[in-house]
Amino acid sequence: MSVYEYIVRTKDLMKIYIMGDTEVRAIDGVALDIRRGEYISIMGPSGSGKSTLFNMIGGLDKPTGGTVFIDETDMAQLTASELAFLRCRKIGYIFQTFNLIPVMTALENVTLPMIFAGMSTDGALDKGVELLKTVGLADRRDHKPTELSGGQQQRVAIARALANDPAIILADEPTGNLDLKTGKEIISLLKQMNEDKKVTIISATHDLKMIDVSDRVVWIRDGKIERIEERKDIELKVGMMEGEEAG
Amino acid sequence: MATVGQGVPSGRIQVESQIVLPWSRTLQMTRENIFVRFGRSVITASGIFLGIAFMSATLFHSAAEEVQRQVVTTQWGVMAGENPEMRARTIWLVVMSLLVATVGIVNSMLMSVTERYKEIGTMKCLGALDRFIVRLFILEAGILGVLGSLVGAVVGTGAMTLVIAYRIGWAKALSSWTETALVLGGWSVPLWVGMIIGIGVGGLLSVCAALYPAWRAAKMPPAAALRSEF
Repeated sequence: MSVYEYIVRTKDLMKIYIMGDTEVRAIDGVALDIRRGEYISIMGPSGSGKSTLFNMIGGLDKPTGGTVFIDETDMAQLTASELAFLRCRKIGYIFQTFNLIPVMTALENVTLPMIFAGMSTDGALDKGVELLKTVGLADRRDHKPTELSGGQQQRVAIARALANDPAIILADEPTGNLDLKTGKEIISLLKQMNEDKKVTIISATHDLKMIDVSDRVVWIRDGKIERIEERKDIELKVGMMEGEEAG
Repeated sequence: MATVGQGVPSGRIQVESQIVLPWSRTLQMTRENIFVRFGRSVITASGIFLGIAFMSATLFHSAAEEVQRQVVTTQWGVMAGENPEMRARTIWLVVMSLLVATVGIVNSMLMSVTERYKEIGTMKCLGALDRFIVRLFILEAGILGVLGSLVGAVVGTGAMTLVIAYRIGWAKALSSWTETALVLGGWSVPLWVGMIIGIGVGGLLSVCAALYPAWRAAKMPPAAALRSEF
């Protein structure tokens, strides 16, 4: 299987909502190329379209126009089963509200994608325990989500996202429901996964702390890309920002 | 089938068989869904419980009346003849009770599915096929329907047995089980057969009530399901 430089590409992406007689252009012509192994953050104010863009890239919703390519495969051409396969094996999702299955324990949550992928129960359990160790929750494997703190739930969600060794992790406001300290821990965990496992991380977020770890930041406003910043450009700015806050 | 580029293996059948949910796992998940959320499950099953309790009580009463009619016949040596009004009334009451059960169960199942939109969306993100979702809900509905019907039948007949036994004695009350409770198109249906059919119908109604909401929820794009506030 050839390895493409751009793991995700969008072309003329559009999403239009019709509300009564008004037309809301949530995404208005977005072209974005995301490199394999990159840690990229999509940032913008509320209503800018970053969640909508996130949903398009992740195959969670259909665009009104334009195309999304995952490894040069047009997502619109995929059948429901092929899309499910993609979500099972190739993409891992992390959400602001963690979205763990409440009746299952942490270990059961982590191993669920592995069950869908056809892994044997023993293999899945071993791998699940390993993943929980990686995120620092080996001792919480039999706890249900209600018995875990927000940060712990998000760690379980990260472990679950990594269950089938995906090529991409999509994170929608991963630190949105977490306090400052826990948010920082989650961000550094994500960065660690990006570096250790070479997973591409695409995150839609408000959180400026995410800028530190991103290779690129895409700023979105009114459904269009305002600008894209590379890491070296960001580092100068962040230095300035922190200086302002402290002063 | 269509080739779909190199990110995904070509050939539909190949792809479908690569996503699985073994039945043992389906059963385990259903069991967890029912028992971990026990209170919620009881509420969901209450509609069918009430409807089948009502139906069972009706059938039992009808059979007991038949017993009583035969007693009267023996005592007076006169064939009392069938009372068509009572037969029609029985059928009417049974139909009403099943309608009550249907309304209750449809409402319950709709709520049960809607409450879990977020969970359904999440499972689709993990790669679940639409039919896994439908399977899980149908199994849960079927189990709750049969259990609810069973408990309803026990409570309905139990309550009616006490009432009847008070009037005509235990022996006659219990003999109602083999009496005709219902005449459907010329077929005399004994009470115990009627009960079993009723419980089966209760289970079937529950499955049917869950089918459409579950199917619709499974087909929703995950983004919409995940936006749910529950």
